[in-house]
Amino acid sequence: MNITHPESLIFWSLIVFVILFVLLRKYAWKPILGAVKGREESINSALASAEEAKKEMQNLKADNEKLLKEARAEREVILKEAREVKEKMIADAKEQAQVEADKMIKQAQAAIESEKQTALAELKDQVASLSVEIAEKVVRTELSDKDKQLTLVENMLGEVTTLNN
Amino acid sequence: MHQIFGDHLFLSRKGMMIAQKSIKSLSLLALMFVSLAGFAQHENETHEEKAQEEEAFDATELINHHTKDSHEFHIADWNGHAISMPLPVILWTDNGLVTFMSSAFHHDEEGKVVVERNGQQFVRVHDEIYYANAEGGVTYDAEHHPTNSRPLNFSITKNVFTLFLTSAIMLLIFIPVARSYKKNDKAPKGLAGFMEPLVVFVRDDIARPNIGEKKYEKFMPYLLTVFFLIWIGNLFGLIPFFPFQGTLTNDILFTGVLATITFLITIFNGNKHYWGHIFATPGVPKWLLPIMIPVEVLGMFTKPFALMIRLFANITAGHIIILSLVSLIFIFESAAVSPISIGFSLFMYGLELLVAALQAYVFTLLSALFIGQAVEDHH
Repeated sequence: MNITHPESLIFWSLIVFVILFVLLRKYAWKPILGAVKGREESINSALASAEEAKKEMQNLKADNEKLLKEARAEREVILKEAREVKEKMIADAKEQAQVEADKMIKQAQAAIESEKQTALAELKDQVASLSVEIAEKVVRTELSDKDKQLTLVENMLGEVTTLNN
Repeated sequence: MHQIFGDHLFLSRKGMMIAQKSIKSLSLLALMFVSLAGFAQHENETHEEKAQEEEAFDATELINHHTKDSHEFHIADWNGHAISMPLPVILWTDNGLVTFMSSAFHHDEEGKVVVERNGQQFVRVHDEIYYANAEGGVTYDAEHHPTNSRPLNFSITKNVFTLFLTSAIMLLIFIPVARSYKKNDKAPKGLAGFMEPLVVFVRDDIARPNIGEKKYEKFMPYLLTVFFLIWIGNLFGLIPFFPFQGTLTNDILFTGVLATITFLITIFNGNKHYWGHIFATPGVPKWLLPIMIPVEVLGMFTKPFALMIRLFANITAGHIIILSLVSLIFIFESAAVSPISIGFSLFMYGLELLVAALQAYVFTLLSALFIGQAVEDHH
């Protein structure tokens, strides 16, 4: 190997290498390594957040199912209550209707009773006045002669005495 | 000028530092430690022989020409004339700075063309620029080495040009990529989509496991710059035409500069455990320390040295193999060899593409490992 003028290549190699190194470090390696690192970090964080989101989704799903179950149970309860309320209302209505009806019947009966009483009383008055009128007429005709009056008194007295015995 | 290289260049001292690493890293390291076949080049003994073989094809010269640095960027040959892009020659001479284009030498490498600037005369012999002697020529010693003195040479050579080009391409790739993140905070698109996995690879497979979760960020810009500079530099060396062709990483000076920077980062970030391990190795008896300290200090230097040699040798060897395979056609002077040459070259090219990335990975990985050792907290 024949080495000629070693100083030229050593000199230029050092200078060019140092300049190349400084330029590349500032304008190439740092931005490239920075970008690569930044991207790696963002990929890692994206993966982590995806994992998180997955977990959250699962939680949400579980929550949803739980909610759904609860809602179903609540619906059952509400429906049951509604049914009960309905039945109670019907029963109440029926009862009330019964009571009302009984009350009306009673009132009607009372009214009928009182009407009957009044009718009876009126009838009695009528019958009494009719009887008095009839008796007056009969008495008038009977008392037109003396004998007859006496006989009557007699009969009547007889009657009273038998009654008293 | 006998050049023998590539022969079992490194000792296997990896066990200690890699033991805790994964099997994946181990197998990769095993690959890189495979020493590549040595290439011995034999130069012509005498000038007489050289004259006789002038016409003959010289594979050694071709390979040398393609793997060494030069003042021109050779593009092609046309009618026996070289077409090349001249590059600026910058000399720090006794009389101050002198600059001119390398075309002033008219492709001369033998010291025959004298260039006169600022009242000084320069000649070029085998890519080295000297002051011309009093007669306007070159004085040689007994081994045919020029004895002229030479100015300090800060020329923009082919490799420096390639370094400029690689750096410019890196800036053109990565700054727009970084900009694209400002507009787009979603998944990366286009070029950013291609580059981001590589950046993330350096971060997650090199820096994090070797330096540690707490401290790796500080060293990321260095590791990324080194990784992509070596990789793109290696790939440019595989593109066989202008303006690429030049390979940064087959110059031991360039790999040496990178290894030195890693070394400096390591020692300036070394914490007390790191220094404690070198100067007072835990668990070692006191009387052994006089031996251990030199070994540990030597170890500090062998690590970056291995970094330098490994990258340089792997890339250069690959280029030499490809060039040798192509040269076979001209050595045998037969087109019949070409299917074999081309087949093997193609295979080597595929391998080189892998090695280009692998060596960038290995250099970055070991840099991260050394830095990690220097900054790691004591358990």
